Amino acid sequence: MIEINNLTKVFYPGTVNEKVALENVSLNVEAGEIVCVIGSNGSGKSTLFNLISGSYPVTNGQIIFKDKDVTKMPEYKRAQYIGRIFQDPTKGTAANMTIEDNLITASSKGWKSLKISLNNARRKEFKELLIPIGLQERLKDNVGLLSGGQRQALTLLMTIMSNPEVILLDEHTAALDPRNADIVMDLTQKYIAEKNLTAMMVTHNMKFAIEFGTRLIMMDEGKIILDVKGEEKKRLTVEKLLEIFKNIKNEEFTNDEGLLNV
Amino acid sequence: MLEGIFVDGLIFSIMVIGILISFRVMDFADLTCEGSVAAGAAIATVHIVNGGSIIVALLLAFLVGALAGGVTAVIHNKFKIPGLLAGILTMTMLYSINLRIMGNRANIPLLKSETFFDKVENLFPFLPSSVASLIGITLVVLLIKAVVDIFFRTDLGLSLGALGGNEQMVISQGINPEYLKIMGIGVSNGLIALSGGLLAQYQGFADGNLGQGMIVQGLAGIMIGEFLFSSNRISLITLRAILGAIIYKALMFLGRKYGYIIHITPNDFKLLTGVLVIISLWVASGRSKASARSAKKNAIQRSLDRTGEIK
Repeated sequence: MIEINNLTKVFYPGTVNEKVALENVSLNVEAGEIVCVIGSNGSGKSTLFNLISGSYPVTNGQIIFKDKDVTKMPEYKRAQYIGRIFQDPTKGTAANMTIEDNLITASSKGWKSLKISLNNARRKEFKELLIPIGLQERLKDNVGLLSGGQRQALTLLMTIMSNPEVILLDEHTAALDPRNADIVMDLTQKYIAEKNLTAMMVTHNMKFAIEFGTRLIMMDEGKIILDVKGEEKKRLTVEKLLEIFKNIKNEEFTNDEGLLNV
Repeated sequence: MLEGIFVDGLIFSIMVIGILISFRVMDFADLTCEGSVAAGAAIATVHIVNGGSIIVALLLAFLVGALAGGVTAVIHNKFKIPGLLAGILTMTMLYSINLRIMGNRANIPLLKSETFFDKVENLFPFLPSSVASLIGITLVVLLIKAVVDIFFRTDLGLSLGALGGNEQMVISQGINPEYLKIMGIGVSNGLIALSGGLLAQYQGFADGNLGQGMIVQGLAGIMIGEFLFSSNRISLITLRAILGAIIYKALMFLGRKYGYIIHITPNDFKLLTGVLVIISLWVASGRSKASARSAKKNAIQRSLDRTGEIK
């Protein structure tokens, strides 16, 4: 589904601030795989996502979606295949519009026409969809009035509605309180299973990364340092993961242990 | 006299709707307005003076405005400069272009030609001319309002609103935000120039300096409208913009008529308009704080009503 070949990203090349955020990363994600990406801050997880989705231009390397080279394709075109949810709940929805207007905008991808798609049949459909997140009576409320948890749940719903083939979840529950994080995460699992999506998810929660998904990738300093799937992943425990990390890094990592919450 | 205020206010309201689209719906601070209103006046006047039809003159005004807005959006897109600066560039360039359109004259009188308002007066010979003008312009404004209202309910119009709320969302939906901006700022300035074309016909001349200070006046109109009532429905949002425009013109009329009592002259109007905008901002910020408080209260109430759902 996603093939990444020798991907490198250098920020501010040729200046004193030059930083290699991603170094020669290659990765092949098969259709239907659910990949959890873990790693400490600055390890290149978010950069990898930004390159895949096209937010940043690639310094070197190649990104291929379903046998199609998208390395130079602008972000809005790649969005045809990708649904992306950010950590910041405000990034996925338009606060100045009502829930129903947000939903209708998200219900199809690409340039819109001069058609009025929002009608009572669609409203009924939206109400059904909103029941799991408890917003079924608030179609005409502005999204700006919702809480972070509600907005993120709505964003998830909108992303799924637009029928992407791949979803990129960039710590999408990190800004929520534990209860809402659980609800959004349950919904995420439900939708991924229902729609048989290919997913990549950045998380700081190691326990979750082990339980969830079919594959686990650990990143450090712009490289993939661990890549496990299948039976091997099933046998993984948090302690084992920390030990692998320690061995690969071959150094004390008191700092990183603090950043990855178990 | 009263009809005059309404006609003036209704012509102005078309411009206010244009500014509403860029500033409020798209969240794009576009200053092209000051140039495009004069451009619309210039091209419509020249066309009418040369014996062209009024409908074509108004269409030309809209197109010139749309083109100017498109230029602003392209400058903003291609050179990644803020919309504000892109608008100032277009506005400045338009000043020269407008004088060219007018054949290098600072103003062109329209007194000898038949204007839109003469036409409607002839249509209703039994009515006083001012009432006939009022009917004519009211119909035009209602037509524009209806088209704008319908447009913003279409999928395309909604994506323009989404652009104003969250550009990333539009990109994530697979829409090129650059095209949306060209279209939105184009439509906005098309309406502004159309308003200029009508204004020139009403006041009887086109003037290269017509646009000066228009943006602040337009914002004053929007803000007065927002005082009247709050809503997230586009039909009410355009309605209050029209009402705000009329009230603004009425205030200015009162200022001209009775201002001498407190030693206000028309020279002071720009200052007063600015102060009006500032007061509006001040009151609006107070109101949004109050409504945030009441929203919070409602949210707490709702959460008490139904526990177990997402807070």
